[in-house]
Amino acid sequence: MWLYFAKRTILAVAIIAIAVTLLFLMIMAVPGDPAVVMLGPRATLEMKEQLHQQMGLDKPLVVQIGTFFGGLLRGDLGFDVFSRRPVADIVFEQLPYTIELILVSILWAVVIAVPLGCFSAMRRNTLVDHVVGVVTVATIAIPSFVMAVYAVLIFAVSLRWLPAIGVGNGFWDGLTYLVLPAFAIGIGWVGYISRLVRASMLEILGENHVRTARSFGISEWRIVARYALPLAILPTVTILGIGVAWLLSSAVFIEVVFARPGIGALIVNAVNTRNYPVVMGVVLVSTVIIVTATTLSDLVNAFLDPRTREKL
Amino acid sequence: MVSFEADTPEINDAIDTGAFGAFLRQLCKNRLGTLGGVLVVLIAAIAVLAPLIVTHDPIQIMVGPRLAAPSLDFLLGTDQLGRDTFSRVIMGGRIPLLVAFASLGGALAVGVVLGLIAGFGPRWLDNLLLLIFDTIRSFPSIIFALAIIALLGPSLVNIILVIAITCMPGYARVARTQAQALQSSEYIAAERSMGAGTTRILAVHVLPNVIGPLVILVSMDVPAVIATSAGLSFLGMGVRPPTPDWGAILNDGYSYINQTPWIVIAGGIPIILATLGFTFLGEALRDMFDPKLRKDL
Repeated sequence: MWLYFAKRTILAVAIIAIAVTLLFLMIMAVPGDPAVVMLGPRATLEMKEQLHQQMGLDKPLVVQIGTFFGGLLRGDLGFDVFSRRPVADIVFEQLPYTIELILVSILWAVVIAVPLGCFSAMRRNTLVDHVVGVVTVATIAIPSFVMAVYAVLIFAVSLRWLPAIGVGNGFWDGLTYLVLPAFAIGIGWVGYISRLVRASMLEILGENHVRTARSFGISEWRIVARYALPLAILPTVTILGIGVAWLLSSAVFIEVVFARPGIGALIVNAVNTRNYPVVMGVVLVSTVIIVTATTLSDLVNAFLDPRTREKL
Repeated sequence: MVSFEADTPEINDAIDTGAFGAFLRQLCKNRLGTLGGVLVVLIAAIAVLAPLIVTHDPIQIMVGPRLAAPSLDFLLGTDQLGRDTFSRVIMGGRIPLLVAFASLGGALAVGVVLGLIAGFGPRWLDNLLLLIFDTIRSFPSIIFALAIIALLGPSLVNIILVIAITCMPGYARVARTQAQALQSSEYIAAERSMGAGTTRILAVHVLPNVIGPLVILVSMDVPAVIATSAGLSFLGMGVRPPTPDWGAILNDGYSYINQTPWIVIAGGIPIILATLGFTFLGEALRDMFDPKLRKDL
């Protein structure tokens, strides 16, 4: 277990290091001078040179990569010349909004998917099971931004039940602003989770301790809720790690649609203004989050299922 | 195609319809697969025949009043510039389908080659390629795409490139696993003992075995690619206006969602139908050919 733990962690660090280098080389490989792109065609020679010095572009490539890595280790993601603030400050200021959104989306997904999964497992191969199956596949297929736009159209524009734009003031008000965006992300995950719960539920419902519980005359719902569900939900916990990448990608669209702050909205703005340092900062932070999440879920998996340890 | 003549007419009949006929018959047994297939064929046909179907020039402004509701003249109403939404939606399917076709084709080609190299090459190369695949997979796809678009600028080619890069590692990994499994099989050893070179073994014996499962994987990725393509143009990072594209139409409509629901409805429904159609078809294909496929990933 410890050997696996060490290997997996080293792999994660290596992936992050390669990712950073790739990103850095990508910026360098772009045709043209980043300073010219940022300043526009009417920049004077002095302005360009000043920006070069500020960004460290006048030094050799190896020195630049070295400085970049050195800065990263100190938590320095570079400097945003537009707002004259460190990139790390900007990104970490926005990150809590995205994390909050993602957590509430997971909650939505679990609240809808787990009962659906249990229900189809209990009514296996009936019409209800098939209908749930089709609906869950559909939720996987429909893109989150289409779901978001239609959620706004139905619940905010037509019915006027929930606010759509912004984040609101205070905790409770803020929560009402989270309902729709989190739903639009969470619904896309209902399919995966309910299928997973259904499959593991079916496995567990066929086991001996469930048969014993049935022979005691305990009701089916109680068996599912008390004895089977705690076991059936385990695989869901481990795929949450893999799902983080997907959730972050959806968050980009959702933050734009609902005009919420967050790292998704931040990167879209930065792309539109060609603010490379901020773009790279967001990519780096989100890559680190994803690598950490997948590594953690692999470790949890390895802890629960020793067979997976040999694969690395 | 090889054809055989048999004595009994029934067998001849079965041979004549060929593999494709058998495939269609099996697909028809799966109701959702049939629905998916019909949707996919319909959407593809509309995209190909689009110039014949449109009722107005999709980029001509002020062919009608602004933000009009659907009528006989304008089947899905008009947008904020008085363009015919129906014609824009019909033409707008071409971009996502083109993106899906080009990017997945490119990803498949590069992925297979790199996967075979990793599977049959020396150990160090295998490890290096695996590390690169895992690195690319660890980037959040949309955020990575946005970063590349920030660097290269928004254009159709760049979107195809970005999607191909993010899809490639998945295919390369499957190709590698399959190739490694085949490497130790007896018939490859036999071929090698007869003096066949690695290139011949890979091209003649390994490739046909690897490509089948990959085609199913690719077909299952089509809905995600259509979603990404439409999503990027929804964010304004796709084809430049006034080129019609479902994502861009949805975005236009979203700006005027308080005035009229019709543009949003017209822009979103085709995206939903396309992703649903390809998903149902892809799942049916997977169930038909290899139910355990996804577990490799």
